[in-house]
Amino acid sequence: MVQINLPENSKLKKGNYFKDKTGSKNLRKVNIYRWDPSTGDSPRIDTYEVDMDNCPSKVLDILNKIKNEIDPTIAYRRSCAHGVCGSCAMNMDGKNGLACTTSHSEISGDIDIFPLPHLKVKKDLIGDLDGLYKQYQSIEPWLKSNSKSESTEIIQSKKDREKLDGAYECIMCACCSTSCPSYWWNGDKYLGPAVLLQAYRWIIDSRDEDRKERLKKVADELKLYRCHTIMNCTSACPKGLNPAKAIAEIKKMLVKA
Amino acid sequence: MSSYKIIDHEYDVVVLGAGGSGLRAAVGLSEAGLKTACISKVFPTRSHTSAAQGGISAALGNMGEDDWRWHMYDTVKGADWLGDQDSIEYLCKEAPKAVIELEKYGVPFSRTEDGKIYQRPFGGMTKNYGNGIVQRTCAAADRTGHAILHTLYGQALKHKTEFFIEYFALDLLMKNGECKGLIAWNLNDGTIHRFRAHTVIIATGGYGKVYYSATSAHTCTGDGNAMVLRAGLPLQDMEFVQFHPTGIYGHGTLISEGVRGEGGYLVNSKGERFMERYAPKAKDLASRDVVSRSMSIEINEGRGVGKDQDHVHLHLSHLDKSVIENRLPGITEAARLFANVDVTKDPIPVVPTVHYNMGGIPTNYKAEVLTVNGSEKVVPGLMAIGEAACVSVHGANRLGSNSLIDLVVFGRAAAKRAAELIKPGTPHEKISDSETQKCLDRFDKLRNANGETSTAELRLSMQKTMQSKCAVFRTEKNLREGVDEIKKTYDGMGSISVKDKSLIFNTDLVETLEFDNLIRQAVTTVDSAYHRKESRGAHAREDYPKRDDANFMQHTLAWCDGKETKISYRPVHNSTLTNDVQYFPPQERVY
Repeated sequence: MVQINLPENSKLKKGNYFKDKTGSKNLRKVNIYRWDPSTGDSPRIDTYEVDMDNCPSKVLDILNKIKNEIDPTIAYRRSCAHGVCGSCAMNMDGKNGLACTTSHSEISGDIDIFPLPHLKVKKDLIGDLDGLYKQYQSIEPWLKSNSKSESTEIIQSKKDREKLDGAYECIMCACCSTSCPSYWWNGDKYLGPAVLLQAYRWIIDSRDEDRKERLKKVADELKLYRCHTIMNCTSACPKGLNPAKAIAEIKKMLVKA
Repeated sequence: MSSYKIIDHEYDVVVLGAGGSGLRAAVGLSEAGLKTACISKVFPTRSHTSAAQGGISAALGNMGEDDWRWHMYDTVKGADWLGDQDSIEYLCKEAPKAVIELEKYGVPFSRTEDGKIYQRPFGGMTKNYGNGIVQRTCAAADRTGHAILHTLYGQALKHKTEFFIEYFALDLLMKNGECKGLIAWNLNDGTIHRFRAHTVIIATGGYGKVYYSATSAHTCTGDGNAMVLRAGLPLQDMEFVQFHPTGIYGHGTLISEGVRGEGGYLVNSKGERFMERYAPKAKDLASRDVVSRSMSIEINEGRGVGKDQDHVHLHLSHLDKSVIENRLPGITEAARLFANVDVTKDPIPVVPTVHYNMGGIPTNYKAEVLTVNGSEKVVPGLMAIGEAACVSVHGANRLGSNSLIDLVVFGRAAAKRAAELIKPGTPHEKISDSETQKCLDRFDKLRNANGETSTAELRLSMQKTMQSKCAVFRTEKNLREGVDEIKKTYDGMGSISVKDKSLIFNTDLVETLEFDNLIRQAVTTVDSAYHRKESRGAHAREDYPKRDDANFMQHTLAWCDGKETKISYRPVHNSTLTNDVQYFPPQERVY
């Protein structure tokens, strides 16, 4: 019999509790996953009492408030704070999303904040996206065209340009891929919804001359067909995009090809 | 003395920053066969270029007649004659080529009926030297920056640029006034890296975060600018800070000028389209400094909207639904998320919000960094591009959509110049360890700082001072107070505290290093503003309401070794680059 043991530091240890010091009557408890690789310790959940009377509306505002006023050691990525850079993707109340666009009023009870699921954690809420970035590189995300003119653009009709709507807006936050059970299971080989949406974006660009090759490259048992239309990706996308549909379109094109 | 293990690297060129300008430079350098490293504290597509909305200017003439000379005139006027016209000529002449190149890279531009790149009207962009509005701003809906950034990252991957991602740069390595490389801290594993390079290209963006309310990202801390100051070199025109007219009230999120380009307009509490009074011809499409000042006057004179009458309304509900859906989808989403407004029904509450730094590292049009020692001198081994640089093409006020074009034109120019200067694979000089040691001592001191004041407290104090003492309108008294308060905050660094002592993703220390960078720029900004006793572009002095060409047709240069600043001036270039265009002599600036 194979004996499977979880690694020693996979069990949560008791976290710290940060009691409110402001005297506020309007408090919420915020539970945050903490893990520091340099200590060798097990992860823990720290709990913070946060004064909601002086906190703007988004989950990122809560994190900033905790970092600025209660505990500066907490680590998370953040940048643009309005949903275009994709840095602050995390799991809030069990759902993936961007902390900067998720309102805390939508969450009832305690607010649980975890890193994106099923990624190696680098520290606290910072997940390791290196694998996803390599997969992104593998689909060759650049236009392949032999157009040489330095003075005129490649002509693209409005109708052809419209096909890119819903595909080019992806911010690569990884909310979709890390919500996908197939990606959890086969993330090393299955490209996942984020990268397949990008693949689709180049396949359907009327200016691209490598469509056939692109389709051929992606038509693979593991790279593409691990998608079982679970649709978590589409419900997770904070930009309202539909990666599941893009994957279905690729499959359709392959049937016709 | 601090001891850290150092990992050494050698490259022909190191690009610091992976936004629009850094990536464009990296692509050009790789194409030229130079061994190139691109270092960034965030993954490239997280850079703040992604937040640019409205578009990228270039006189393509897709929507009617246009000429790069008209674009040049608009830019010179927009800059209130503080721009160097040789550089502006280069920018506007190269712009069409640079945009076509982006299109070939794959940028998904919106299209005209005949399939060409769509161009929209933008503030200050006119035809025939100020006679009527022109459509010059090339757009990918209202997500142009995002589209360009992702496309350029793809190109960099195509050219196999070597990236060092989530590395935080600490300091430049200087030797006898020449730049020889830089030191960076790898956040992923906590190691220290020394990059030797024949040229370092700084592309670290602006420093909007010295202010409390800004459209800038958390990461816009001008790290490269501060590295230049620490290297004993000056920053230029730091007093010129652009307030974008339409940041969402209370949150600061940018609402593109493209909204007004597509027909949106501003309204005060009396329901007046007040811009008609301030800019009879251009109205809501006057340049940003003019619109921001007009809004501030409306608010100061009691015609603001809301409970506190402290903002105005941006109307677009009268626009065709298809225009909103197809050309302004991003701001529709932003207004819903951050102002709780359905733009098809209600106006967006907006207020002038810090947006862009015209000032930065002085360069010539080839992106080479300049200093002044008697006369203008190039700093060997150092270049700067993008918002970090002050070429100066934006002078005292940048026109909307001129920043994205600045990124690609000068990103490209930097790569071209580096390729002329460097033979691939040239061996590196030895540099003494003292520079490295100096850098690591600062790092180690901050890492082990055990004072009483948190970084967040000091940062807030700096931001509030800048917001109240160095805003849209400035006075001698205000600025003097600003100078003193900022120095006090700088002194607070002596009692700063860093709680996290680790080296892997220590974001407490990152923010402290960023604050150390920000505060030096705050000092130079408010000092430069104090010394410029005139009004020009974004620098509006209530006590000196007129432009003073006799005394201030000059770039401010500010050196800062911490809290002491030295201010000096260099004349604005008063000639063009070639005979293709005549120098535009200063005029009164009316829109």
